[in-house]
Amino acid sequence: MADDLFKALADPTRRTILDVLTERSGQTLFEICSRLSAKRQPGISRQAVSQHLAVLENAGLVETRREGRYKFHDLDTAPLRQIAERWPAPDTSGPEESTP
Amino acid sequence: MKIHLTSVFVNDQAKALAFYTEILGFVKKHDVPLGGEDRWLTVVSPDAPGGTELLLEPAGHPAVKPYRDALVQDGIPLAQFTVDDVKAEYERLSGLGVRFTQEPLEAGPVTTAVFDDTCGNLIQIATQPQ
Repeated sequence: MADDLFKALADPTRRTILDVLTERSGQTLFEICSRLSAKRQPGISRQAVSQHLAVLENAGLVETRREGRYKFHDLDTAPLRQIAERWPAPDTSGPEESTP
Repeated sequence: MKIHLTSVFVNDQAKALAFYTEILGFVKKHDVPLGGEDRWLTVVSPDAPGGTELLLEPAGHPAVKPYRDALVQDGIPLAQFTVDDVKAEYERLSGLGVRFTQEPLEAGPVTTAVFDDTCGNLIQIATQPQ
């Protein structure tokens, strides 16, 4: 799972697709492609977006659901927690002891 | 050359005529029996009765269903109509029970939305930049 996650995040187009999915949950492939072109993400075909979505789904970052004849994509950022748990960030919220 | 007529396949012409006139607001232009139950059935915009006609074409050919099902699954519209205000039209049609697969989306100067025409197709509405 972790390897799939890092592989999915390694591609800039897939990171942009994740950005697009934060804008509204439950998007069709067509809407995702429309938003990508609005972001001037040039020259990416619907088929390519579809393949990127499959990689993201495989990594657990995107979930698809069918409603009748439609298929919608939702973002799930839960797998990203594995990264923070593996390499926890230092807590910077409290007062720093490093003041001279 | 100019576009005089374009078409969408519809599952049921009578139901399609009702949706395209009573819900969307088009008006019937031609209704000619073609033998059997099929009709040459076109609608036009009330704003342009002499303008482009939309043919509501029977969807009986076996290639139509898999073609449209695949497009609908991915949310791809088969036709685009222009409206003055996509958001207002979205509110009006939603109130009439029309199902949208894409809520109004601003993409630069253009705003679009996509709805199900209940006859087997997704339709995009758009406001064009002035």
